[in-house]
Amino acid sequence: MQFDSWQAFVAMGGHGLYVWLAYGVAVLSLVAGAMVQIRRRKSVLRNIRQHYNNESEV
Amino acid sequence: MWAWFHKLGSPRWFYRISDLCLPWLTVAGLLFLVVGVVWGLLFAPPDYKQGNSFRIFYLHVPTAVIALVGYYVMAIAGAVSLIWKMKLADIVMKEAAVIGALLTFLALFTGAVWGKPTWGTWWVWDARVTSMLILLFLYIGVIALNNAFTHPEQSGKACAVLSLVGTVNIPIIYKSVDWWYSLHQPATIKFTERSTIHPDMFWPFVVITVGFYVLYAVALMFNTQTAILEREYRTQWVRDKVQQ
Amino acid sequence: MHPQRKQRLQMVVFIVVAASLAVGLLLFALRGNINLFYPPADIAAGKAPVGQAIRAGGMVRAGSVVRAPDSLKVQFVITDYAADLTVHYEGILPDMFAEEEGAVVAGMLNDQGELMATEVLAKHDENYMPPEVAETLHPKVDAQHRGGYGQ
Repeated sequence: MQFDSWQAFVAMGGHGLYVWLAYGVAVLSLVAGAMVQIRRRKSVLRNIRQHYNNESEV
Repeated sequence: MWAWFHKLGSPRWFYRISDLCLPWLTVAGLLFLVVGVVWGLLFAPPDYKQGNSFRIFYLHVPTAVIALVGYYVMAIAGAVSLIWKMKLADIVMKEAAVIGALLTFLALFTGAVWGKPTWGTWWVWDARVTSMLILLFLYIGVIALNNAFTHPEQSGKACAVLSLVGTVNIPIIYKSVDWWYSLHQPATIKFTERSTIHPDMFWPFVVITVGFYVLYAVALMFNTQTAILEREYRTQWVRDKVQQ
Repeated sequence: MHPQRKQRLQMVVFIVVAASLAVGLLLFALRGNINLFYPPADIAAGKAPVGQAIRAGGMVRAGSVVRAPDSLKVQFVITDYAADLTVHYEGILPDMFAEEEGAVVAGMLNDQGELMATEVLAKHDENYMPPEVAETLHPKVDAQHRGGYGQ
């Protein structure tokens, strides 16, 4: 362990702003990307099912 | 050999194999990434000159490396779709563009955030940074070109040609720091000689990079599956799949 | 391979080769302009324009940094070990700026061939190691680090 306390970990030796900005934006954009793709999958499945249902009604 | 190749090109076969791999790969990739990030943030020593801002290395280098490798994935898929008219390759090419653009953005962003405390500036128009920005534009170009057509089947050729032309940029990015005077330092991770990073700082990097590679494969497989559903919904196997 | 596929493969190879050739020629034509900065030797040889904003880069010569006692003015020498360039700057230097480290400075050359800088950036190398390892490798770094603790 490189840090003595929680405060020291957050401060990152004075570079906290940069380290946490980089890690924060990376985590946020990766999670956002994953969520967009999961939503896309769900909406594609929904549209396909709707299409099949419409077909069977006709 | 060709039988195997054509089997690989079958969307149905790809969908089934991905379904088998995806749960395991997702768990493994996330595990590697979390272990690597905790290792890199908490246990890796700080750099003797940069202190703790060095920890941005663990995001910057893997995202940049996979952004470059991912470009070859896209371009090779583009070449296969041009030569063999393989629908699956066309899908992989377009999905690789989306993931590649995100990784390139992250490499540029983490680079800017790292540049401020180390160089004294967020941005510099040197050969490395500028050629990396061109990579982002190439990825966005492929995405935009694809969106410019109404049907995905029509945009394949144009996207593939743009991908192939853009491959020129990859060796330029890689060698830019050796060919020209730049603010960006030369490569730390080397293939042919010893890397200039201490082993205590190197191993978390390896773990995170493996995690990023695995999750890249997961994202590419998952998104390709979605695109297969979008395009193949008229086939019987998709109908069976969706209605089961 | 099917002859039609062979033809398309040739087309793919042609696209990549043609694009490489075009970009290669372009980079060859631009070669000097892609460099971010001039090394001091080029400036001493008169290759850099005078009265126009340029960048210069090199190592900060040991012992050359002179700070004004009452302002942010600073003067130092950057070198590529073939020629030296004196730099004048007023402002806050980046944290990583240090003697015997790389630096890239932007500004204009004056009549004496000295650079009046408007921006100073620190250029670091590709070596990463823990502080303890650096101490055993370079006793000088050790001395610098301990300097603050009242030796």
